[in-house]
Amino acid sequence: MTPLIEYRGIARRFTTRRGTVTACEHVDLTVHEGEFLAIVGPSGCGKSTLLNMAAGLLQPSAGAVFYRGEKVAEPNTRVGYMTQRDTLLPWRSVEDNVAIALELRGESRAERLRKAHDWLHRVGLKGFESAYPGQLSGGMRRRVSMARTLAYEPETILMDEPFGALDAQLRLVMHDELLKLWAATKTTMVFVTHDLMEAVTLADRVAVFSPRPGRIRAIETVDLPRPRDVFRIRFDPRFGELHDRLWGYLEENVREGVRVG
Amino acid sequence: MDTLTAEMDQPRVGHDAIASARDEWLKVMAWRIGITVVGLGVWEGISGRWVKPFWISSPSAIWAQLFGWYESGDLWMHIEITMTETVLGFVFGAVSGVAFGLALGLNKRLAAVLDPFVIAFYSLPKIALAPLFILWFGVGLLSKVVMATFVVFFLVFYNTYAGTLAVEQELVDVLRLMGATRWQIVRKVILPSVLLWIFTGMKISVPYALIGAVVGEMMASNKGLGYLIQASAGQYDTAGVFAALFVLMIIATGLHELLKQSEKLMLRWKEEST
Repeated sequence: MTPLIEYRGIARRFTTRRGTVTACEHVDLTVHEGEFLAIVGPSGCGKSTLLNMAAGLLQPSAGAVFYRGEKVAEPNTRVGYMTQRDTLLPWRSVEDNVAIALELRGESRAERLRKAHDWLHRVGLKGFESAYPGQLSGGMRRRVSMARTLAYEPETILMDEPFGALDAQLRLVMHDELLKLWAATKTTMVFVTHDLMEAVTLADRVAVFSPRPGRIRAIETVDLPRPRDVFRIRFDPRFGELHDRLWGYLEENVREGVRVG
Repeated sequence: MDTLTAEMDQPRVGHDAIASARDEWLKVMAWRIGITVVGLGVWEGISGRWVKPFWISSPSAIWAQLFGWYESGDLWMHIEITMTETVLGFVFGAVSGVAFGLALGLNKRLAAVLDPFVIAFYSLPKIALAPLFILWFGVGLLSKVVMATFVVFFLVFYNTYAGTLAVEQELVDVLRLMGATRWQIVRKVILPSVLLWIFTGMKISVPYALIGAVVGEMMASNKGLGYLIQASAGQYDTAGVFAALFVLMIIATGLHELLKQSEKLMLRWKEEST
C-alpha cells in the first residue's frame, strides 16, 4: 500500500503561562492510501494536534509531516476536516452549507445544489435543505457536517471525535452511515477518538496513544471482515479479543492517570 | 416548514396558544395605555395646583404649543433640519466606520500602527468637538452633519473592528482547507459574521447621531429641534422645551424601530434559529 501521510519524528510543544507543555513526542506513523485509521488515546494526548498537522494548520516543533512525499507547510487542501466542534456557517441554510466547497470551486448553483441534495438525502436529512443549522438538533448538525465533508470528495478525511457529543444509540447510527458512505467513496480516513469501541468498530488499523506527552504505544490491525454490522459486531468474539488486547495498552495509562491524579 | 416543526418534536402552536398569546398582548397594551393616561392625568392635575406650570408645564399646554408650531409650519421645518443632519451624519458615519473597521480588521499591520491613535480619538468625548466644528464649518447644516458623522463613525468603526477579531478561526480554517482564496474567506465567512456586529454598532449609534445633531444645534444655530429647545428655554417657555423633547422622543423611537426591522430582514437566519 502507498503511504499517503507520514509523520516522522514528530514532537509538538506548547508554551503556556505555566511553562512548556509537550503534547506529543517521538511520533512515527504512516497512513496508507484508502485505509481507515483510528487513533485512540486519553484526552490531551495530542491526537487532535496530529490531525491539525496533517491539515497544515499547525507546524510540529520537531520532525515533519509528509503528504504524498511532500512536506506539509501550509493548509493542505487535499484533506477534508471534520472537527469536534460545529463549524457550519450559521447564516447559511443547510443546503448552502453542504454546497460551500463546490461553490468555492465555481460550480454552477444548479449543479452544486443537486449534489448537496443528493448528499443530504444519503445522510437522512431530506426535507431539511432550507433549514438553518440553528434549527437542527446536535445529531442532525453532525450529519450536515458529514455531508459537507463528503460532498466535495476530498482525497483524505480527518475526523476529530466527530460523534463525541452524541448519545450512544445515535452514535451507532452515525457509525453505520459513515461506514456505508466510506465504502462507496474509498476515501482515506483518519479518525481520532477516545472511545476504543468506536475505533475497533470502524477502523482497519488502530493506533493507541499514551497520555501526555503522547506517544504511540501500539498499532493493531483490525481484521474483521467488511461490510461490518456496527450494531452486532461488538458481540463477535474476534472483536472482544482485539478490544481486550488494545484495552490492555490503554488500561496501564488509565491506572497511571488515576495514581497521578 | 411544517414537516420540520413536527419532526423536531416541538409542540404545534394550536388555536388555544394563539388566543392566549393575543390575550396576553391585550393585557400588556391595556397596562401601557393605563400608565400613560394616569401619568398624563396626574401631571395635568398637579400642574398649577401644587407645582407651578413654570417648572413642569402641563400636557395641555405642551399640546397647544405643538399645535401652534404645526399651524405655523415651524414644526416640520425644524424636524426636517434635525432629521437631515441626523440621517446624513448616520449614513456618512456608518459607511466610513464599516470601511475603516474592515480595513483595520483585515490588515493586522495597519491595525497595530494605528491602534494608539484610534484609542486616543475614541476616548475623547466627541461632544467636546462641537465648538471646533462650528468654528470650522459655520453655524449651518454642515457643522452638525460633521458632528453626527464623527460620533457615529467611532461607534460603528469600533464594533466592526471588534467583529473582525471575533470571527471564529475554526470557520476560517475549514474554508481554507476547502481551497478558499483569501477574498472568498472574506466574503463568505468574515463579512457575514461581522454583519451582526455592524448592526449592533449601527443600532446603538442611531440615538448618538441624533445627540450629535441636537447638541450642535443647541450650541449655535437658528433652526432644528435643538435650537427650539435652546430658544424656548431662553424665553422661560417650559411648554416649548417639553414639546421639542417630545418630538425628539418620537423621532428617536421611530429610528430605532426602523433599524430593528431592517436587521430582522437581513439576519433572517438568526431570527429562525431559536
